[in-house]
Amino acid sequence: MGPFLISSSFAGLHMIVLDQHPPKPLRPMAAPGAVARLVAHRDWLGFWFMLPAGLILVALLVYPLGLGVWLSFTNATIGNAGRFIGLGNYTWIFGDETFLHSIVFTLAYTLIASSIKFAVGLYLALLLNKRLPFKALIRSIILIPFVVPTVLSAIAFWWIFDAQFSIISWSLTRLGLIHHNIDFLGNPLLARACVIFANIWRGVPFVAITLLAGLQTVSPSLYEAATIDGATSWQNFRFITYPLLTPIIAVVMTFSVLFTFTDFQLIWVMTRGGPVNATHLMATLSFQRAIVGGSLGEGAAISSSMIPFLLAAILISWFGLQRRKWQQGSGA
Amino acid sequence: MFNLSRRSLIKNAGLTALAGSASLEGFARAWAQTTSWKPEPGASLQLMRWKEFIDAEGKSFDAIVAAFTKATNVKVQVTREGLDDVQPKASVAAATGQGPDIVWGSYSLPQLFPTKCVDMTDLADYLGKKYGGWTPGPAAYVTSKGKWLGLPIATNGNYINYRTSAINKAGFKEVPQDFDGFLALCQAMKKNNTPAGFALGHATGDGNCFVYWMLWGYGAHLVDDKGKVVINSPETAKALEYAKKLYPTFISGTPSWNDGSNNKAFLAGDLYLTGNGISIYVAAKTAGEKGDAKMKAMAEDINHAYWPTGPVKKIAELQSIYPMMAFNYTKYPNACKAFMDFMMEAKQYNQWLIDSQGYLTETLKAYDKNPVWTMDPKAAVFRDASNRCGVLDGMNVNPQKAAESIADFVVLDMFARYCTGQDTLKGSIANAERQAKRLFG
Repeated sequence: MGPFLISSSFAGLHMIVLDQHPPKPLRPMAAPGAVARLVAHRDWLGFWFMLPAGLILVALLVYPLGLGVWLSFTNATIGNAGRFIGLGNYTWIFGDETFLHSIVFTLAYTLIASSIKFAVGLYLALLLNKRLPFKALIRSIILIPFVVPTVLSAIAFWWIFDAQFSIISWSLTRLGLIHHNIDFLGNPLLARACVIFANIWRGVPFVAITLLAGLQTVSPSLYEAATIDGATSWQNFRFITYPLLTPIIAVVMTFSVLFTFTDFQLIWVMTRGGPVNATHLMATLSFQRAIVGGSLGEGAAISSSMIPFLLAAILISWFGLQRRKWQQGSGA
Repeated sequence: MFNLSRRSLIKNAGLTALAGSASLEGFARAWAQTTSWKPEPGASLQLMRWKEFIDAEGKSFDAIVAAFTKATNVKVQVTREGLDDVQPKASVAAATGQGPDIVWGSYSLPQLFPTKCVDMTDLADYLGKKYGGWTPGPAAYVTSKGKWLGLPIATNGNYINYRTSAINKAGFKEVPQDFDGFLALCQAMKKNNTPAGFALGHATGDGNCFVYWMLWGYGAHLVDDKGKVVINSPETAKALEYAKKLYPTFISGTPSWNDGSNNKAFLAGDLYLTGNGISIYVAAKTAGEKGDAKMKAMAEDINHAYWPTGPVKKIAELQSIYPMMAFNYTKYPNACKAFMDFMMEAKQYNQWLIDSQGYLTETLKAYDKNPVWTMDPKAAVFRDASNRCGVLDGMNVNPQKAAESIADFVVLDMFARYCTGQDTLKGSIANAERQAKRLFG
């Protein structure tokens, strides 16, 4: 709908302008050429308006993506263009234990972090939608984890979970609860939990604030009517809030899943994929192999392997969205 | 070859950086008249180096840069990155053809992109002739088929750092120089709750030096002289078993350590023996000189020892080489060479070695006589870092692949996998063998 709306309203504007300043034909105008007609045609106008954005997308997204996919079929190293080796990189990485682990961990990381981010984010949004004292202040505080640059928060977490200087270990030791430092980032399982925790901490505000925006579009009169009919607060949520919030949830969770799946900075700063490659996501492993290790082709194959997963995530949410009536314009 | 007497050098060491740079300038102007590498008109340079572990070393470096600029009018903009970040950033620069003109990094950095380096053979020959020749170990890290891809500016000696009181309490007078004795020492220290610890995370310097010491100590190698992958051997298994026995004596968290972790843990009094440069001792000493009594006591307690010799019965240790290279996309290759020449000349280099207090070891033989090695007996072991430095496996056959093997931590990960129980002995070796075969196969 978007482009049509824009094009027709622009065309309307154009006509008004013409009406105000009618051209004074001195002689009969020649019939406009095909190109001129294409430029001016109202059905094509939308296309022309979208063209610059399209070109930017091609230059900044399609070209690098294409280059990445091409590199994944070569044995390129840094400073050496390499030659085409077919599926060589792919057969190699799919026999590589570290890579297979990184797929499993990336999926687990995305699934666990996204679900918890959704649950906590929704809870916070519902809470913030209530009448609270100092509402504005609390809302801005909630946003802090999202506002702090990722690298800074990652460094902070790195310190919080440090093997020797962890504030958590220190406090628990002082309280007499433990006698040895907790090996947060040295133990593979704990390290995985720690990076997931850091990702949740960072991602919750985005979910919470976006859902809060959605909640505020729900008309209070619906709740009033339901309450008069004797609906409980759970029924209010289940039959009013949740259905009206679904479209926003779909959009927020699509973004959240994509961001989580492609996360890089948190892991790289906190663990560099360690201990013993236990916390490598596909993105960090790709960087390790391509830029640190120098095998551009192999790194590109790893990052290209992320594409099917990302496409799947987008398609799921796309078809999930399509089933909704609101999208066909018939209202929620 | 030396313009300064030992006495005046020692005196210089105590002077402030400002006064030091004033004395550099006179020499710098004279040097600029005679050097074979005249900077291009209007040249300016960007240089990326690792962030210094010793303040005085960094200041001394800056003084050299300032004197060079005064003498040649070539501005040098220095950026500093964490040691582990230099190589990735240099790789990006090499791939995109944009970035710093000169990079000072670690190990075989220039070998990762041999086609992107300015050929330094003429400069290396000139310096080698003038200063008694290059030490072979470090030189091997930057030469490929007779061509110098950079200069091995210095070696960062990596040796055992220990607290004398802790090893005494464990019943040892000094660090045993054999593997079994060393294991017994670490076990005794663990019992006393004064543990040892070596990095098993992706610590470029400390981690690699630690694991190669065990690998080579048993006579095991990633690839042999002909480039054949030989990591799957009984010797490797022995080295891994040794590491597996050593690992439980460590302080917890070493699989998550980077290059700075052991420094911090040691200075905090949690760690009593580790493998590191001299930087821990220097940090304690400097703080002590500034009036920190606790650090002063610690500095007095710290000492250094060679890596014990393994069953192979010969010196077999890896050292962190710090090579400097120029990218061939630079508009000012002569200015790059002029800078590197200037830095390596006796007037600058001697003072720089003194200021780095044993952290940097010379790679040109003439500088052996530098007073830094006798000023403080605790620095003495670091003098031999360049001479004792082994050459990475595969360097003689395919330097680029050898550089990739250490950049991707093939050996380090093998040890870490087995020590931490992530993998079996066979599994860890097989994994490393698979990676090595991909590189050298």
